[in-house]
Amino acid sequence: MRARLTDPQRAATSGRMTATGHEAGQSGWRARAASAVLVAGALALSGCVSVTAPDKPIVIELNINIKQEVIYRLAADAANTVESNPDIF
Amino acid sequence: MACVMKNLNSARSSLLFGAAALSLGALAAPAVAADYAAAKAAGLIGEKVDGYVAVVGAGDAELRRVVDDTNIKRRAVYASKAQEQHVTIEEYAFATGCTLIAKTEPGEKYQAPNGAWKTRGAGAPERDARCP
Repeated sequence: MRARLTDPQRAATSGRMTATGHEAGQSGWRARAASAVLVAGALALSGCVSVTAPDKPIVIELNINIKQEVIYRLAADAANTVESNPDIF
Repeated sequence: MACVMKNLNSARSSLLFGAAALSLGALAAPAVAADYAAAKAAGLIGEKVDGYVAVVGAGDAELRRVVDDTNIKRRAVYASKAQEQHVTIEEYAFATGCTLIAKTEPGEKYQAPNGAWKTRGAGAPERDARCP
């Protein structure tokens, strides 16, 4: 879940880097196109920054789900452990 | 080479420790088990949410010794079971705590999710929302 959220941000950053590289080597309409790409890249980048905001609650929720899942999976084994160690349980 | 030596040493010391724990456990088990069962039934010892026991109220040195002894043995069981199941000791202990609180007899003490001690009544105990 987290990886999927983080990936677009990385893609946008590399896209912007490539656009800047083109701009340095070209001129005229290509430069304008490159700057358009740059603006798009910047927009995409700012979009990604806003995406990272709900990143934290999602991670916390995921941890709770994993824990509950683990406890459900362990329930039967835990019951066996309790029954086979009556001196300490 | 140093690494191999270290591993050998730790393996040897854990073997020694295991043997010592076994012989100690065999000697001390009957008396402590009786104390533990009596104290639990009397509500002097309570089951915690995390899978361990604790003294309810003031307690005394003897009661604390029984609690510590039980918790050390429990932790050893949790550790080996957690390793088998590929989970953390805390996760295994918590899962066992869910079972133990569910199995408390009326009159025995247990810890509610908010941390307060409760006396088990006729109905179901208050347990963590994550308990199955």
